[in-house]
Amino acid sequence: MSTPTVMKFEQALAKFEPVLGIETHIELGTNSKMFCGCPTAFGAAPNTQVCPVCLGLPGSLPVTNHAAIEGIIKIGLALNCDIVEWCRFARKNYFYPDMPKDYQISQYDEPLCVDGHLDVEVEGETYRIEIERVHMEEDTGKSQHVGGATGRIQGADHSLVDYNRAGIPLVEIVTKPITATGDKAPLVARAYATELRELVRSLGVSDVRMEQGSMRCDVNVSLMPRGAAEWGTRTETKNVNSLRSVERAVRSEIERQAAVLDSGGRIVQETRHFHENTGTTTSGRSKEEAQDYRYFPEPDLVPMAPSREWVEELRATLPELPAARRKRVQQEWNLSELELRDAVNAGAVELIEDTIKAGAAAPAARKWWMNELSRRATEQGVELAELPITPEQVARVQAMVDARELNDKLARKVFEGVLAGEGAPDEVVAARGLKVVSDDGALAAIIDQVIADNADVADKIRAGRVAAAGALVGAVMKASRGQADAGRARELILEKLGAS
Amino acid sequence: MSELVKKSAAELGALIAAGETSAAEVAQAHLDRVAAVDGEVHAFLHVDAEGVLAQARAVDGRRAAGEELGPLAGVPVAHKDVFTTADMPTTAGSKILEGWRPPYDATVTARLRKAGLVILGKTNMDEFAMGSSTENSAYGPTRNPWDLARIPGGSSGGSSAAVAAYEAPLSTGTDTGGSIRQPAAVTGIVGAKPTYGGSSRYGLIAFASSLDTPGPFARNVLDAALLHEAFSGHDPMDSTSVDRPVPPVVEAARRADVAGMTVGVVKEFGGEGYQPGVLARFNEAVELLESLGAKVVEVSCPNFGYAMPAYYLIAPSEASSNLARFDAMRYGLRVGDDGSRSAEEVMALTRAAGFGPEVKRRIMLGTYALSSGYYDAYYGKAQQVRTLISRDFDAAFEQVDVLVSPTTPTTAFPIGERADDPMAMYLADLCTIPSNMTGNAAISVPCGLADEDGLPVGLQIMAPVLGDDRVYRVGAAVERALEDRWGGPLLAQAPELEAK
Repeated sequence: MSTPTVMKFEQALAKFEPVLGIETHIELGTNSKMFCGCPTAFGAAPNTQVCPVCLGLPGSLPVTNHAAIEGIIKIGLALNCDIVEWCRFARKNYFYPDMPKDYQISQYDEPLCVDGHLDVEVEGETYRIEIERVHMEEDTGKSQHVGGATGRIQGADHSLVDYNRAGIPLVEIVTKPITATGDKAPLVARAYATELRELVRSLGVSDVRMEQGSMRCDVNVSLMPRGAAEWGTRTETKNVNSLRSVERAVRSEIERQAAVLDSGGRIVQETRHFHENTGTTTSGRSKEEAQDYRYFPEPDLVPMAPSREWVEELRATLPELPAARRKRVQQEWNLSELELRDAVNAGAVELIEDTIKAGAAAPAARKWWMNELSRRATEQGVELAELPITPEQVARVQAMVDARELNDKLARKVFEGVLAGEGAPDEVVAARGLKVVSDDGALAAIIDQVIADNADVADKIRAGRVAAAGALVGAVMKASRGQADAGRARELILEKLGAS
Repeated sequence: MSELVKKSAAELGALIAAGETSAAEVAQAHLDRVAAVDGEVHAFLHVDAEGVLAQARAVDGRRAAGEELGPLAGVPVAHKDVFTTADMPTTAGSKILEGWRPPYDATVTARLRKAGLVILGKTNMDEFAMGSSTENSAYGPTRNPWDLARIPGGSSGGSSAAVAAYEAPLSTGTDTGGSIRQPAAVTGIVGAKPTYGGSSRYGLIAFASSLDTPGPFARNVLDAALLHEAFSGHDPMDSTSVDRPVPPVVEAARRADVAGMTVGVVKEFGGEGYQPGVLARFNEAVELLESLGAKVVEVSCPNFGYAMPAYYLIAPSEASSNLARFDAMRYGLRVGDDGSRSAEEVMALTRAAGFGPEVKRRIMLGTYALSSGYYDAYYGKAQQVRTLISRDFDAAFEQVDVLVSPTTPTTAFPIGERADDPMAMYLADLCTIPSNMTGNAAISVPCGLADEDGLPVGLQIMAPVLGDDRVYRVGAAVERALEDRWGGPLLAQAPELEAK
């Protein structure tokens, strides 16, 4: 395969206007699968969460999971969609080894949710992303191609199929064409994926983890010459597994298509694969010889007809959505745009808020989550929310700091202990003996020793240079191995040296 | 031949309950009969004598332990090989499932067991229930006990032959376009197609999901009603199953009168293409109904003529999708997997080797009818025809309580006669298909022998959706009057099969 030449992004945007479309698949976090009672836990041994229905055994029949329908309706409502009064599942027919029935139960011309929108912000400007449809389907099994260089089916020695994923409820969210974003196109795409992830996460219907595949984006890109009226031919890039990749895939596809078009070539309508390591896409299956999926209404299921009362009940259960929450916390916590964005990007807003609810002051709650705990999450390569510590525990540590039982240094040690599984903050404090020494008797002995060891500094303080006390406090902290209450030590030093 | 095999299911149930015989003794008598005649008839694909006796002894044990058992406890039943059975192979008459042992019982299977019926074995059928003669079985044809050179009907021909040959007092079938009623008619027994959704499809290997209906075969109407009642009723595993009480079919079969009822004769069914002997017996049956106190009127159902062409679009379309799962990946036959071929090649080779010609013909028909660009003209149009047929039925049932027609235009034809002429074969279902298209209840009861060939003729009685009790009531009335006239059941006139 020859490496396609690319045009510099700025140059590409000077000549062409990009049009985007994003299809997002989200696995719902229901306890059981879409059409059977099998569990959905991620990471189980292959083919242990299967039954006649999700294996597509002869004679088996699907039964719709009510919780999944509830989940998709919530997503539809949060995306400002209309929930239709009547719709059906359809069969999408194609042969593939990881498809147990060799058809996927999906929806075709009768999606459950239609005509919504989601507003996203890029560099202070709001873009309204129109949502075409949100529909319900089932996930396929997962193929693993063994041998060969690429891990793809071409060149593999053999393939293994894990059907644990087969039948997990999948929601597909399809945007209308996203136009007039200009050179912001890659950022708008990323902002949309980010906002969608936040939105779905806030609904509690999915863990939306791109690295585990519970949220997957397919990015459609086409270019038209500036001033043209007709859209160009689009490509669909799959395998875009992170928010950053969404941005990079759009950028790379714009650069590639611009080069092709500029040299008089034409864009082939095709599926392309994104490669994390190079940030570029390569050609996959051509869609010009389009697959005929022979859709028809699924005869094994009755139509869905969500009552208006039920839809309104679900609407009433929607939580505060991310955009509204962001506006509120920015005000309540007095954050700059940048501070807010950092907290949002770190997935910390809810954690901070819960920590505040548990009694901590806003600045302290934000400080712990955004600094110490973010650092540890990065070290461990996990999301902040996955750290084995609760907002209540963070608030408890801060309460001990406020009560001067801990200082910041000791607090960090408490976090270390909690994260290492040594127990709740109080247990870690007790087990590690991390109490601040604020008892005057114990401190006085240390201070006397420090004054004796640093007579010259003590003299300066006696002479009125109060600022020099810092050096003695530091020595006290060192001598107490960090456990002294620094504030009380300072008071006692100044008192002893007659400088208070 | 033991006298036990000539008894009705109701009689056997009563004798076992009274302790005058045991389930084991009854099972042994039927096993002996199978051993004696099935070499000629070939009704069964699988009989496990030891397993049958073990089931029977278990029922006797349940009774001895004081368990309250139903009226058919201990009675043998021959089970169509389209229902999954966890303790017996299930092939649907196809090579592609040869040797497959399902890991689960169909709902119908489970309910037979629960009612204490003893499953004698699995019966032969047209491959995937596609056919009207059982000649399409991959395991060789079944022969009609009335004349071993003739077909026993199909697709449930093994089930009809088993009951007509006294190998079993009861059997199960499935009716997609007439696959219970037509075999019942040509073997001189009773066969009912319940309301669609009245009996569960879970574990029924699908041919056409929107049409397939499990139903009973028996040598008299009351037995059929008892079996109908034993396995019918709502099943949460089948979304299309009706959540309503089973219509009172047993009570209706006992009532056996037509006083005050209006019977409609379908004007369109008769004339050219109908065997004179069939029409003669049918007309006599209509006169009989009138003499029994029914009011008889002629009813026109102008769209019934389109039922067969529409059926041959809908059923193959659904079948083309339902049969996609036989792809050699998870179960059943696998051809050409020598390490050098791709999964797609193995799928193609397996399907080429594993499916018979009629199945391939229907998969191709259905694939074509669902193809993009043809869907509206074929599948879509056929669904509209379905609505028109429904309207014909609705209009008819405003005037009449039941509709009657010959069950099938001719008596049993010789094996091989229509094997190379699909259109001639399809005509066997001309009168039965309309009820499948709309899901209403129907039955076939014997109404005499055709003068030309001395072979059985069936009377079809049709009632509205969930009006199953009406077809049993009218069927039982006709049966009682005719048996008075004949001095016993029609089947008593069948030639004795020679034991070999």
